[in-house]
Amino acid sequence: MAETRRIKVEALARVEGEGSLRVTVRDGRIKDLHFGIFEPPRFFEAFLRGRDYREVPDITARICGICPVAYLLGASLAMEDALGIEVAGPLADLRRLAYCGEWIESHALHVYMLHAPDFLGLADALELAAHDRALVERALRLKQIGNRILEAVGGRAVHPVNFRVGGFYRTPRKDEIRALIPDLEWGLDAAVETVRLVAGFDFPHLEQDYTFMALSHGDEYAIHRGELARSNGMRGPVPAFLEQIDEEHVPWSNALSGKALDGSHHFVGPLARYALNYDRLSARARAAAEQAGLGRVVRNPFKSIVVRAVELVQAYGDALELAQNYSEPDRPFIEAKVRAGEGHGATEAPRGLCYHRYRIDGDGTVLDARIVPPTAQNQRAIELDLWSVVGANLDQPDETVKWRAEQAIRNYDPCISCATHFLKLEMDRQS
Amino acid sequence: MADRKKLSLAVWKFSSCDGCQLTLLDCEDQLLAIAEHVHISHFLEATRRVENGPYDLSLVEGSVTTPREARAIRRIRRQSRRLAVIGACATTGGIQALRNFARLEDYIGAVYARPDYIDSLATATPITEHVPVDFELRGCPIDKGQLVELLSALLNDRRPNIPHYSQCIECKRTGAVCRMVATGTPCLGPVTQAGCGTLCPTHGRGCYGCFGPAETPNADSLAARFGAGGLGGRDIHRLFHSFNANAPAFREQGSPSDG
Ligand code: SF4
Ligand code: SF4
Repeated sequence: MAETRRIKVEALARVEGEGSLRVTVRDGRIKDLHFGIFEPPRFFEAFLRGRDYREVPDITARICGICPVAYLLGASLAMEDALGIEVAGPLADLRRLAYCGEWIESHALHVYMLHAPDFLGLADALELAAHDRALVERALRLKQIGNRILEAVGGRAVHPVNFRVGGFYRTPRKDEIRALIPDLEWGLDAAVETVRLVAGFDFPHLEQDYTFMALSHGDEYAIHRGELARSNGMRGPVPAFLEQIDEEHVPWSNALSGKALDGSHHFVGPLARYALNYDRLSARARAAAEQAGLGRVVRNPFKSIVVRAVELVQAYGDALELAQNYSEPDRPFIEAKVRAGEGHGATEAPRGLCYHRYRIDGDGTVLDARIVPPTAQNQRAIELDLWSVVGANLDQPDETVKWRAEQAIRNYDPCISCATHFLKLEMDRQS
Repeated sequence: MADRKKLSLAVWKFSSCDGCQLTLLDCEDQLLAIAEHVHISHFLEATRRVENGPYDLSLVEGSVTTPREARAIRRIRRQSRRLAVIGACATTGGIQALRNFARLEDYIGAVYARPDYIDSLATATPITEHVPVDFELRGCPIDKGQLVELLSALLNDRRPNIPHYSQCIECKRTGAVCRMVATGTPCLGPVTQAGCGTLCPTHGRGCYGCFGPAETPNADSLAARFGAGGLGGRDIHRLFHSFNANAPAFREQGSPSDG
């Protein structure tokens, strides 16, 4: 009889939401591997039908408490597209500033508190604090400044209240934004230090043949706007998203996982942005990347922690510049006349490209909603990485395999709540 | 190994967006100080270390939407000396409780290609409907200051000092300009529990009720006032039917089909 070994990682820690991994090993080889997610369905796309278009940003924000700005803005952009208005100039700059706050908060949290412990052999950031309290204090401050930006622009860090279709309810005063500057200056240096720190970690060897996808924009490292770009050369407007990517519902492991229609190894997130938009990195961020020994393209998913730190430098630098140049926009939002239509919106959430599409009728009622969050798109990439990582560690005891597998999953910073859709785990496929 | 002198804290997630437990990690200034007084026994968003109960204090985020969750909350209650629920999801059902007003099959069909893979309850219900709880913290998300107050009170065996009066009273106390008087903006402040720090009114918008109903809310009369001001039944319905739609005081307001 063939020897069967099962490795289970039930509740996945330091991941927003709960996932599990099931591996069946037979005759020393992986026979089956399922990365499953327990996140129950919350049916956003269903209950958005019949809502007023103006309610959609605040409602979709509740998909994910870690990246609400991604949803607030993605939904707003889609509605603005449907209504034929464009938010540009100082209002768009203010959006970018807020979004930098979300990147900072999310990246600092992930790099230091969720991912670094994996590389250091520690259970969590509290153990890290016991080793090096000053380091964790730096991490907390780096993260807190991101929250401060969100509080200054949006009122609060989780589900800020100040965003709306067309712009903002109220524009922050100049002194409120300028008050951020000293913290941002400190943060920029601390972010460069962060790159140096994480670049010194040991990285398991793995090179993957991803097809990267990210937004791209001629003037900037794309965050709050841009066109679609893929590393296979494809370029296109945001409405072309569903021509490239679809979601499928499979019975085992995760449901509704995004897949590229051309069958390529689709990947969104920091590695994708970095590879596609390297030329738009700030001088400071690029210098930090070079010092860390990164090339123009990084294909080792374990090095995503370094790229995330480089993006922390980028976000701090951009936020600083935006805060220094801030002057109050002359109006908080652009008025739109309601009309029937379809709209598309996409932004770069901390975890990758997040796409929205809505159809509304003549009085602004939502007829149909479609949201494709980054974690859903990356599920297949996570699983493919796990085949390699678990395969390379089969001679190790379960505890080691489990550690490496968790670390590999956390490369994606998977915010599992944002997989809008239910992911059911089929537990017994051997019977 | 659990440090015997410290109180053990467990943080649990049910159907939710993680925003309320993230608020705990957002207490950056207090986090290391809190960690000196409590031992974290279970907090998947923060640590891979998982310890068995009993726990001195459990914080529970999210609502119950699957059979598995309905079983889990009873087990957690048995293992917890005190249990506090945090946020709109846990206290009233949250945004996902909008399914309680629809047919589940329609919802599943709208989102999933293969409905047969979905395992979900027909309703999203608050934790408070499943087990007795020692304290409720409101908000979508909860407020940092209130969370720190809750933790220090429960860990010191005193009653948390959390007001239950309305946002409207809070606006008057803090001198915020009333949106309804100044601009005629519909505002749920008169029926919503205070605690957010008067965020929406100071940002030039009406309160949308994310802290849920205040003590003895008179939602009927507020809805009537909206109607008299020209708001249609459907808009009134939408206003009450957001992050706390399932709260008894908000449930019946307005009419979904009346433009
Ligand atoms: S109450 Fe709101 S912020 Fe808290 S978990 Fe639920 S959806 Fe998220
Ligand atoms: S004013 Fe109302 S809706 Fe706004 S944050 Fe406060 S409680 Fe929530």
